Amino acid sequence: MKEMEKETTESRHYGEFGGQYIPETLMAELDRVAQAYDHYKNDPDFLKELHDLLNNYANRPSLLYYAKQMTEDLGGAKIYLKREDLNHTGAHKINNVIGQALLAKRMGKTRLIAETGAGQHGVATATIADLFNMDCEIFMGKEDTERQKLNVYRMELLGAKVHPVTTGSMVLKDAVNATLQEWTQRIDDTFYVMGSAVGPYPFPEMVHDFQSVISKESKQQILEAEGKLPDMVVACVGGGSNAIGSFANYIDDKDVQLVGCEAAGKGVDTDQTAATIERGSVGIFHGMKSMFLQNKYGQIDKVYSISAGLDYPGVGPEHAHLAELKRAKYVGITDDEAVNAFEYIAKTEGIVAAIESCHAVAYVEKIAPKMRKDQIIICTLSGRGDKDVASIAKYRGVNIDD
Amino acid sequence: MTNLKQIFSNKKAFIPFVVADDPDFDTTVDSIVTLADNGADIVELGIPFSDPVADGPVIQDADLRAFAAGVNTDVVFDIVEKARLQTDVPIIFLTYLNIAFKYGYEKFCQKCQDLNISGLVIPDLPYEEHQELKPIANEHDIDLIPLIAPTSGERIEKIAQTATGFIYMVSSLGVTGVREDFSTQLKNTIDRIKKVTDVPVAISFGIHSPEQAEKLAAIADGVIIGSAVVKIIAQNTANTQQDLADYAKSIKDAIAVKA
Repeated sequence: MKEMEKETTESRHYGEFGGQYIPETLMAELDRVAQAYDHYKNDPDFLKELHDLLNNYANRPSLLYYAKQMTEDLGGAKIYLKREDLNHTGAHKINNVIGQALLAKRMGKTRLIAETGAGQHGVATATIADLFNMDCEIFMGKEDTERQKLNVYRMELLGAKVHPVTTGSMVLKDAVNATLQEWTQRIDDTFYVMGSAVGPYPFPEMVHDFQSVISKESKQQILEAEGKLPDMVVACVGGGSNAIGSFANYIDDKDVQLVGCEAAGKGVDTDQTAATIERGSVGIFHGMKSMFLQNKYGQIDKVYSISAGLDYPGVGPEHAHLAELKRAKYVGITDDEAVNAFEYIAKTEGIVAAIESCHAVAYVEKIAPKMRKDQIIICTLSGRGDKDVASIAKYRGVNIDD
Repeated sequence: MTNLKQIFSNKKAFIPFVVADDPDFDTTVDSIVTLADNGADIVELGIPFSDPVADGPVIQDADLRAFAAGVNTDVVFDIVEKARLQTDVPIIFLTYLNIAFKYGYEKFCQKCQDLNISGLVIPDLPYEEHQELKPIANEHDIDLIPLIAPTSGERIEKIAQTATGFIYMVSSLGVTGVREDFSTQLKNTIDRIKKVTDVPVAISFGIHSPEQAEKLAAIADGVIIGSAVVKIIAQNTANTQQDLADYAKSIKDAIAVKA
């Protein structure tokens, strides 16, 4: 028993990061979730059902696509795109939602609540709630409901109730606050499906595990296609769920460079940024010790990015740890660079990728030409960009609303 | 160690809550003194946090007023320093862990000790993580006051066993119907606490009226009143301090141990 307790404490942390900094009202439930997950993550029936849903409902495995045009145009490393945008509901979010919702079902829960930024996690949660015949309520910053109207309507179409959050800066961080508060109010029948690799233990671990299917597949796929591991894996980072999934199975392969692309907004050195690891400092918020954008008194900053999925003032604790160990590198990509990449990948490869994912594409555009032709980059396209078309048009001064 | 525990002996403690710098520096100093002069046994002072997930809308609005007034941790220390010229009422801070963490636990606790702060209530620091602050707080004669909720279940005993100062019974469970068997459930929780510790238990439960305070004081050692006090301060009129005094007296009378 003593041994087990020790082990649990250690697994709650990633170096100095992680932990469970959450109000007492939620702690007993969090313990129940942790215990249930501990049990089911090794349960053959659970894993079988998870696998079946991923493959037969969510359209996995996702393609590892050789981007020939991009590769030739950039003239350096070979570029492969891990196509999470082709998953059912259009993003990597579904991988994690299926896992957590399945756990919720096993725990006897009948109601799912979730935060959402760009709306992809909300859409995925609403979708699985339908599939499992559960109630679903989504909390979304009011500003995000305005810049992602299409996804709000999609969630409502799927039968979810969408609550616009009007506290704070009315974006993703505030949506997390509101969902935590809602969970405090109603625990018995409710499961909080955390959308990113953030929050108190066991959420970062669950999200890591459920998203690691991305790199499990990509590793096998690249070995089949090229007979060797990639030299670099690139993914965008907000809270960091697609990135941790993209990195997970390469963390022990020290020769594979891991690069997370944060949203620099108007620039890493401006006040309008969401580049947490580059600009932030260690803090404690949303249930975890990690890196946050905050002032010297520990008040959490307002953050900014064109991307509703990346403008989060924190980052998952495992990313903070990987950054500290220098195992992964985190770079800032500005709005301008991301929008240019949005247009670039559309024109070169015929892929309209999510503005979030285009932060990773923008980095590939910069780095690939500097690499040798026998080197390989895997870039995760975490989602598709249909939801962003209207806001990119607006960014370019084109009004398509009328 | 501090004398928080002693405050509860032979009486039910009245613990009003005020957000620091709401709506401004001088009002908060006045409010602390008014409450102390009119029956408060301990004053709980909130250091605002940008993202107060454990607080309801009334406190959140007060936080916003304080931010508009330019509050930060040093301003709060200055408020206490000024209030200390007029009152030696025991004061505890309620804040979120990041506030103390960023200030530096050691520096924060030293400052608290210098200002004779008796305790810290930190809603996002559960039992599992409390070791990172508790030893430092204790070195500076500050009690780290643990929270227990009706949802704490099997956790009640382990939290109660290590408690010092007093135990902060809290819940924001707002589901309809729950309030009916509320006092039974509270009583059961308190009974479990009492079996393992003699540390007093104060209840914070959305208490507004003297009648509610009296009922809850009957099953606990003290009552914590937040929103109702903050609402009076929010009115911010010439009569606010008088209203605060009247309210404090009415609560103090209601919970007085009947001879």
